[in-house]
Amino acid sequence: MTARVGVVTFPGSLDDRDAARAVRIAGAEPVALWHGDADLKGVDAVILPGGFSYGDYLRCGAIARFAPIMAELVPPARSGELPVLGICNGFQILCESHLLPGALTRNRSLHFINRDQRLRIESAGTAWTNRYLPGQEILVVLKSGEGNYVAAPETLDELERSGRVVARYVGTAPNGSQRDIAGISNEHGNIVGLMPHPEHAVEELTGPSVDGLGFFTSLVARVTEASPAPAGTG
Amino acid sequence: MPEAAQADTVATAEATPDTPQPFAELGMADDEYARVREILGRRPTSAELAIYSVMWSEHCSYKSSKVHLRQFGEKAPENDALLVGIGENAGVVDVGDGYAVTFKIESHNHPSYVEPHQGAATGVGGIVRDILTMGARPVAVMDALRFGPADAPDTRRVLPGVVSGISFYGNCLGLPNIGGELGFGAGYAANPLVNALCMGIMKHEDIKLAQAPGPGNKVVLFGATTGPDGIGGASVLASASFDDESHAKRPSVQVGDPFLEKLLIECSLELFGKDLVVGIQDLGAAGVSCSTTELAAGGTGGMRVELDRVPLRDPRLAPEEILMSESQERMMAIVEPARLDEFMAVCAKWNILATEIGEVTDVTAEEAERGGRLVMTWNGETVVDLPPRTASDEGPVYERPYARPADQDGLQADDPSRLERPKTDDELREQVLRVLAAPGICDPTWVTEQYDRYVLGNTVLATPHDGGMIRLSDDTDRGVALATDGNGRYTRLDPYTGARAAYAEAFRNVAATGARPLAVTNCLNFGSPEDPGVMWQFAESVRGLADACGQLGTPVTGGNVSFYNQTGDTAIHPTPVIGVLGVIDDVNDRLRTAFGHDADGAAIFLLGETRAELGGSAWADVVHGHLGGLPPKVDLAAEAALAEVLADAAEYGVAAAAHDLSDGGLVAALAESSLRGNIGCAVELDDPFTDLFSESTARAIVVVRPDAESAFTELCTRHGVPAAAIGTVGGSSLTVRHPAGGFEIPLDDLRTAHASTFPGIFDAE
Repeated sequence: MTARVGVVTFPGSLDDRDAARAVRIAGAEPVALWHGDADLKGVDAVILPGGFSYGDYLRCGAIARFAPIMAELVPPARSGELPVLGICNGFQILCESHLLPGALTRNRSLHFINRDQRLRIESAGTAWTNRYLPGQEILVVLKSGEGNYVAAPETLDELERSGRVVARYVGTAPNGSQRDIAGISNEHGNIVGLMPHPEHAVEELTGPSVDGLGFFTSLVARVTEASPAPAGTG
Repeated sequence: MPEAAQADTVATAEATPDTPQPFAELGMADDEYARVREILGRRPTSAELAIYSVMWSEHCSYKSSKVHLRQFGEKAPENDALLVGIGENAGVVDVGDGYAVTFKIESHNHPSYVEPHQGAATGVGGIVRDILTMGARPVAVMDALRFGPADAPDTRRVLPGVVSGISFYGNCLGLPNIGGELGFGAGYAANPLVNALCMGIMKHEDIKLAQAPGPGNKVVLFGATTGPDGIGGASVLASASFDDESHAKRPSVQVGDPFLEKLLIECSLELFGKDLVVGIQDLGAAGVSCSTTELAAGGTGGMRVELDRVPLRDPRLAPEEILMSESQERMMAIVEPARLDEFMAVCAKWNILATEIGEVTDVTAEEAERGGRLVMTWNGETVVDLPPRTASDEGPVYERPYARPADQDGLQADDPSRLERPKTDDELREQVLRVLAAPGICDPTWVTEQYDRYVLGNTVLATPHDGGMIRLSDDTDRGVALATDGNGRYTRLDPYTGARAAYAEAFRNVAATGARPLAVTNCLNFGSPEDPGVMWQFAESVRGLADACGQLGTPVTGGNVSFYNQTGDTAIHPTPVIGVLGVIDDVNDRLRTAFGHDADGAAIFLLGETRAELGGSAWADVVHGHLGGLPPKVDLAAEAALAEVLADAAEYGVAAAAHDLSDGGLVAALAESSLRGNIGCAVELDDPFTDLFSESTARAIVVVRPDAESAFTELCTRHGVPAAAIGTVGGSSLTVRHPAGGFEIPLDDLRTAHASTFPGIFDAE
């Protein structure tokens, strides 16, 4: 079977076409989902793409959280049934929706940062990272103005203890993220939020590497193997 | 303005012919005002005066430049690729396989000095709407920027503000920033240049034009509401020199909302896709005045508008203020009545406010003769009744006097050959590091890292100071390359040659990506046209550019003139910025500037002829603070031959890297290519000083794959391009050897010199 992966377009989404392209290159079928429709169209997984949903007015992701599509997405995501990847603004939306803990604040430099960035995969136990080896270093694209991950110390401790830190920046986090965290998952490992953009590292021609493709092939493997949701790594 | 202001109607104007009017405050000359009275046969109403004052401003009417700009058409080469030429919102060229590309560069200089962040942001927004208006999806942006000395206190206000404005607006729109340029000079201190370029892609059949055909068709304003921001931006701000009161002009700077613009783009593209518009115009400079007069002039000539239906941000606005407002993120469409509901539904889907404000009307033969008839009402009373073509197409034309400045001969006689040259290898090494650390040459990552270069996923090349490249779409390998260049120092020394040199450099930048140059856009930044010396610089530059485009067969597709870049009597260096667009059949063949690790041991060839040309060079500027002599000679036949070699080298896969030579000469190119690839190089030179710093044109370095050296040299011979193997890629330093010695700079030291300048200035507290 071909995995069907929904990509949500909010007003102000920018990397939705890029996420769809990455899904296609990974061998799955991208399905366009509209923020205003309370309909997931029966997809096997969902990507919340990068951009500036609703202009990032109020707070990044704070308005997108209330979109009709999110009301459909949250219950199966929370139960561990529906794999969800939030990239950049999508990560911010997942935090605002309380599907993931913590928050993303302005970069320490107060500037937008676009650079080719090395990450270390810390957990290969999620729906989106099972094709990587733990400890593997990858080169993807970082491009964000509010990528500085913050959470309470006990939350950070819990994330680390339960193996839910999915990826860290190699070297010092360019945006000031606590404990160099670039991405985290929920306890079921079906929801992953990632600040850098793996979908921009899927073609030799246009990206710094093809290292980002693993996120999408991991999902395809997870769906096609039709294995029950992993119990998580913690 | 009190609520429901008493409008100045046509009837009032007829009854009160002697009422004094503030035409001078609106930037209008006595004889221009007199001509308006003559056209109308009465005094204009306040609203009509507003329309004429903005439409006849320098910014909108090109009244001082028109007589010179005609050469772009007259000297234009025959070129089948040109689908839409000068005069529309942006030119359109055929790039093959049914694709067309539209691109244009425009200045937002004055607003960016007054309020750097918003000024630069709305500069991006404006040029993006110009491209959208042609029916194209905007796919990339670029910026050509000039500032005062990098370490001057005010530059620390202006530069970070401009960069954050471009970053904020462009990133939020989801448009990759694929290049541009950054320069510094004392003359730009109070007159920074912010030239924004946008490129869009469409299929041939999707081209849209600014016209309002078909009587009975509806005039629809959609996008943002209209507020008091930017009132008189074109006439007051962009068409006069700065003085001490400039900071009081802040309300004439517009405020941008990129989120709304993003929705406007998607909404407009859906409207185009469903064929719901018959004519379209964006609202930029001169706002509703410009869109209504230009649409009407491009159609039947007739239009009726109910001005009180324009949705307002501030209900107190008077008709003349609505007409002059430059509120951002607005568009005007002409829609068939039968399709109006469908049009409104698409706007509702994207949460875009759309309001029918009038309709296209028929005109009598007599009215057509006069230039059409545009009528606007305000609460039922007629406040505008004028022939729109007189405002849009028949503005004043000035043959401004021009004369070669008295100091020009002395400047050219002050040859850099008198400047002291480095006497030892240590001195040469030290000067190399100083040039590489200079603000115009150094690593601009502090700036470019704030721009998204990856979004849309089709960015093939995005290298600061060089050409950018975009794949046209996912399902083709065809691509386009773009570069902008301009050198104010060269143009100051010799405007004719300087404009040609800027064109040649952009042409070379595009060629160095492996693409074949096709078409040109330009943004001509000058001082006051009322100064005969400035006007001479302008006339010479336009002549130079038109001659060059004619010679190499690349038509000028459009552009923009920015005058009055001067404070008091001090004008900027004349700075024509030239954008060149090229096409590449297969983007996988593109050439990169970085020396790759796979090129370790490969030979570096220097193509072209190096002469002792240091007039206006980075070396003379950085080491001696000197500007004099003549700029490097421009040989367009040599440029064309070099471009052929580079395109063939890309297509046949014989080159592992290529970098054009320009500002900073050979040493700047070697350093950039080494640092970008993180691998050193070693070269042997006969005359290291001249070879490293000369800025002779029509040159490039090419790293040739080891098995292809003889094929490559044969290629160069065939095109008559001199080629010399000067060294090899490898090691961890930049090494220069010459008959009497040599020197070496470890890459780490090179990087520190090259990359520390901006962080040192702009991150310092």
